[in-house]
Amino acid sequence: MIWVNVLIQGILIGGFYALFACGLSLMFGVMKVINLAHGDIAVVAGYVAVFLAPQLHIPEVWSFIIVVPIFAVAGYLIQRTLIQKSIDRDPFTTLLVTFGFSVVIENLLLEIYTANGQSVNIGALIGDSIHVSNVIYISYISLAVLVTAVVVLAALQLFLSKSGTGRLIRAVADDREAAQLSGANYRHIFGIAAAIAFATVALAGIAYGMMTEFAPTSGGVNLLFAFESVVIGGIGSLWGTLIGGVLLGIAQQVGAHINPEYQVLAGNLLFLVILGVRPHGLFGKKTAFS
Amino acid sequence: MTPVDSHGLISIRRSTHSPVITMVGAAVLVGLLSAAPWIVSQSLASILMNFFILVIMATMWNLLAGYAGMVSIGQQAFVGLGAYATLYLAIKGMNPFVTIPLAAAACGIIALPITYLLFRLRGGYFSIATWVIADTAMLIIGTIALLGGGTGHLVPGLSNLSPTALTDAEYLATWIVALLVVAGTYFLLRSRVGLVLASLRDNEVAARSAGVRVTSARRMVFVIAAAGCGAAGAVLAISQPFVQPGNEFNLQWSAEMLFVSMIGGLGTIEGPILGSIVFFVLQQSLQQQGAWYLIIFGALAMAVAIWQPRGLWGAFRDRFHMELMPVGHWVRETKRPK
Repeated sequence: MIWVNVLIQGILIGGFYALFACGLSLMFGVMKVINLAHGDIAVVAGYVAVFLAPQLHIPEVWSFIIVVPIFAVAGYLIQRTLIQKSIDRDPFTTLLVTFGFSVVIENLLLEIYTANGQSVNIGALIGDSIHVSNVIYISYISLAVLVTAVVVLAALQLFLSKSGTGRLIRAVADDREAAQLSGANYRHIFGIAAAIAFATVALAGIAYGMMTEFAPTSGGVNLLFAFESVVIGGIGSLWGTLIGGVLLGIAQQVGAHINPEYQVLAGNLLFLVILGVRPHGLFGKKTAFS
Repeated sequence: MTPVDSHGLISIRRSTHSPVITMVGAAVLVGLLSAAPWIVSQSLASILMNFFILVIMATMWNLLAGYAGMVSIGQQAFVGLGAYATLYLAIKGMNPFVTIPLAAAACGIIALPITYLLFRLRGGYFSIATWVIADTAMLIIGTIALLGGGTGHLVPGLSNLSPTALTDAEYLATWIVALLVVAGTYFLLRSRVGLVLASLRDNEVAARSAGVRVTSARRMVFVIAAAGCGAAGAVLAISQPFVQPGNEFNLQWSAEMLFVSMIGGLGTIEGPILGSIVFFVLQQSLQQQGAWYLIIFGALAMAVAIWQPRGLWGAFRDRFHMELMPVGHWVRETKRPK
């Protein structure tokens, strides 16, 4: 029974990793850019939720209603300025610039809000859980995050495959020049993809703040987990990322069950094993590999 | 002597000015820096020591990114492993100073199998994977009780020297490692390997089709950079001398390497050294302001990457047409035969 609980907790956290990772995946798919500041954007969203929501007299639980649109707009603007400027140079520059951005954000947060942990206040909900048996508890908030992740991934999948803008995004991702010849403004499309990426990662950041405490340095750790989920599931597959996240979550829970020190290590080892035996991941295309 | 091809049509020069000037200048500088602990104050010597450690790391990072196109944000893996190799050997009774080359070699050996995993990914995925490697190395070291686990351990074997003698020895060790790393990189880049690296940096497809073994060249650079960062980690461990996973495996090392190389000028030997000088001037003048030096430096690096990708040294070189440590080849047309 204890192992069933390990499995369930792994699946619950895996949903969060997939939610965190889908924007990373989308930006790579569309612009071939890895935003190394992706994790820090989520942390900033957490801080905005904690410090802005009370000022606007909104309960922190509902802060995502304003924070997510703000981040979508910010994502569009940052893409059209900073990231587009780097893309115009070369892919190499985007790595240098987004890594610089990441370090700047992290240290700014450290200067402004100190290294103290913060969390998004969700009242009594934090302690509530479904009591399945005496070793299996499913906390409401983790379940809500998993459901949110699945809904977001499904909506994103639907948006990309059915809507006109989604088709444009896929067209630009497949062949930028051809899409441009057909009249698509690829810079605008890049902006939209970044808006979606920033919005989803902002949601993930707030979700993280609801589940646990975050600090200025939380972004990096979560970027690693998101990245591992993407590679395990296979680059370029949204549902693969969910499976990857779940497998990573399970590996971490199994590791933690053996010894709390092994939690992250077990996840990293699963990632390295997958990279060794199946480098294109479980459901991936081979595009990201040399 | 200037090499001339068999028809006398072109000549190849490797330096913008007489190498004698550079050599005399270098000899004076080496002499001064070698004598520094007896000339300058102890606090300045200690700043110089940290400066050398950064120069070693940045030179290695520049070799990786500026010459072989690999953006690693996980070089702290090898800084940490180098520091812990020194700690381990010192615990086993070895003189810490003797462990420096061994720590470097150990890091090179560890890096070799890692390249077979890492080279399956490219671009940004490669970058994050190097970070995963660093994280994994830190977590594994943190579970080893002999090495102090997560809380750290003092490097033993340093207390038999008097405090002044110890500081002088630390300074000299760091300075010698920095000198070897910079000079080694210079000669490496002037050799055939340098030509191979330049070809793959300028046009990888063309280099491959011309028969250049691109992957082997990259692998060699990665191993050398790991060894160099390992040596930096070893001298770091001796200078601290308390070694702790969270400190030695800190992502900040990679951030500093990247910023320094970027601002100084990627793809030049002088760049990382110049960048390190800028870094230390900024850090010393903003000492009271916490992490602000890192924020300003990071923002500066971003601006340089976008608007001046050749960095400070690149801008200087373009303007004045001179190099202190030239590694390229200038092919010129000589007088046409009648």
